[in-house]
Amino acid sequence: MLRFTIRRLLELIPVLLAVVTVTFFLIRLAPGGPFTAERNYPEDAIQRMNEFYGLDDPLPIQYLNYLACAIRGDLGPSIHNPTRTVNDIIAQNFPVSLELGLYAMVFALLFGLASGLSAALRHNQWWDHLVMPVAMTGICVPSFVIGPVLALVCGLHYGWFNVAGWEEPSDRVLPAITLGLGVAAYIARLSRGSMLEVLPQDYIRTARAKGLNEGQILIRHALKNAMIPVVSFLGPAAAGIITGSFVVETIFQIPGLGRMFVMSAFNRDYPLILGLVAFYAVIVVFFNLLVDLCIAWLNPRTRAHTVA
Amino acid sequence: MNPESKEVLHRFLRNRLACMGVILMIVLAGFSLLAPVATPYTYDEPDPLLGIGATPPSARHWFGTDVLGRDLFTRVLYGGRTSLMVGICATAVSLVIGVTYGSVSGYCGARTDTIMMRIVDILYALPFTIFVIILTVVFGRNIFLLFAVIGAVEWLTMARIIRGQVLAIRQQEFVQAAVVLGYSKARIIFRHILPNALGPIIVYTTLTIPQVILLESFISFLGLGVQLPQSSWGLLIKTGAESMESYPWLLIYPGAVLSLALFALNFVGDGLRDALDPRHTRRA
Repeated sequence: MLRFTIRRLLELIPVLLAVVTVTFFLIRLAPGGPFTAERNYPEDAIQRMNEFYGLDDPLPIQYLNYLACAIRGDLGPSIHNPTRTVNDIIAQNFPVSLELGLYAMVFALLFGLASGLSAALRHNQWWDHLVMPVAMTGICVPSFVIGPVLALVCGLHYGWFNVAGWEEPSDRVLPAITLGLGVAAYIARLSRGSMLEVLPQDYIRTARAKGLNEGQILIRHALKNAMIPVVSFLGPAAAGIITGSFVVETIFQIPGLGRMFVMSAFNRDYPLILGLVAFYAVIVVFFNLLVDLCIAWLNPRTRAHTVA
Repeated sequence: MNPESKEVLHRFLRNRLACMGVILMIVLAGFSLLAPVATPYTYDEPDPLLGIGATPPSARHWFGTDVLGRDLFTRVLYGGRTSLMVGICATAVSLVIGVTYGSVSGYCGARTDTIMMRIVDILYALPFTIFVIILTVVFGRNIFLLFAVIGAVEWLTMARIIRGQVLAIRQQEFVQAAVVLGYSKARIIFRHILPNALGPIIVYTTLTIPQVILLESFISFLGLGVQLPQSSWGLLIKTGAESMESYPWLLIYPGAVLSLALFALNFVGDGLRDALDPRHTRRA
């Protein structure tokens, strides 16, 4: 298991290198630059700024310089926010996204698993027929519709919550629901489907024949196997949620990392774009690793394969 | 029609939700296509009778009018044209890339396959949305670019699915026979293997369309996609969300229509999957 973990962590190196390289050349070979948006800069000022940030060096040299700094953990200055470095921005904004993401994840797991499993146990009864269309709705109504509607109804109409902001504890509720609802719906459908596949299998019948009580059978035997597809879905979903959804952070004006993603692209803030993309890639790889380890724990059959 | 496709059609028609989805999509697409004749208003001019200013839904304006006095129903229909067109064209782009990539990878196998799939794995780790955002910021807001960008982003899963199919079909005798006959690789892939993988291709294509529409709406919602006075569902939702305090209908109707379309397409995709592959009926 340890060897597997180490090998996967080593795989991070080529992935990161590829991600940074692709992003670097993509944004640099495109026309325009960080100073073209603000047209009021005089020509010589732009030239001096380009010089200061090293933007007038030949591209391969800039690329190597960037890599040399990045390896030492220095992601460079943010061009658009001259007082902050990229490291500062990640350090300040990521905790907010992480907190929001955790709430959304907890909401999604509780809600999704509870409704999915209860629907599977009452297969083809009215509860099942109620939960599944609701879950489909959760998947089909995009977050940028749910978010404003929630803000409109719960915020403006009833005044239960603030419409935007990130100060009071209650400000966490609406964004977390908006972010988690789609994931909850997906989990509900996945867990119901896999539970229905597991329940009629022989080993469940054997467990019943042995006289185990129903709760033990469901949790120890059925659920453990039924969780496998849910867990493999959770990896990429969790990474996306925790790095912050652009939409939710924009709608509710939350100072998280997702909003920085969008703004860095708008501002052509090269070091910030690169830093955030690399950071995101690390998180995705990390979560995929976590998922593989969870699956190995859940399903001994894959363990031989993972250990080898 | 051969008995097998008859059976598939029969299974599909028995699925009420999928049939409703098909009907809904036909109505939506029909209205959107016929938008210039379906409503008496234009998408970029206010109703001359009411002038500028938002009015709530009424018999005259089913969805009300927006802040500039333009009929919202008309704008939703024109938005549907954009969104559906992006959905179909970008899916076509992703289909071409995904099928080619996946089948080459699956057919060549061995080293080539490992390397090609590794590349897909690496691409999966990229934050695509930000790539789409960067590309649209950088290359300007051009609808054709949008097709290409979204298509270029959405092909990964298609490639994986096709590769799996090709790997399985490649083992069968009729492919070996084609190899013995000395046919070229391209001919074997396109004439012999892919027609046998048509089911999954069709299903996944149908399921890609709603994802693409969602991505386009998302980009337009961020203000990067289609530009005013043109409309798309995402853009309408964006402007609606900005003025939802005073004019909630500007948010609710476009949001509802977009959700309905996504609903319908997902149900059609699920129905097709169940009809083409009855073994998977119980999957989520």
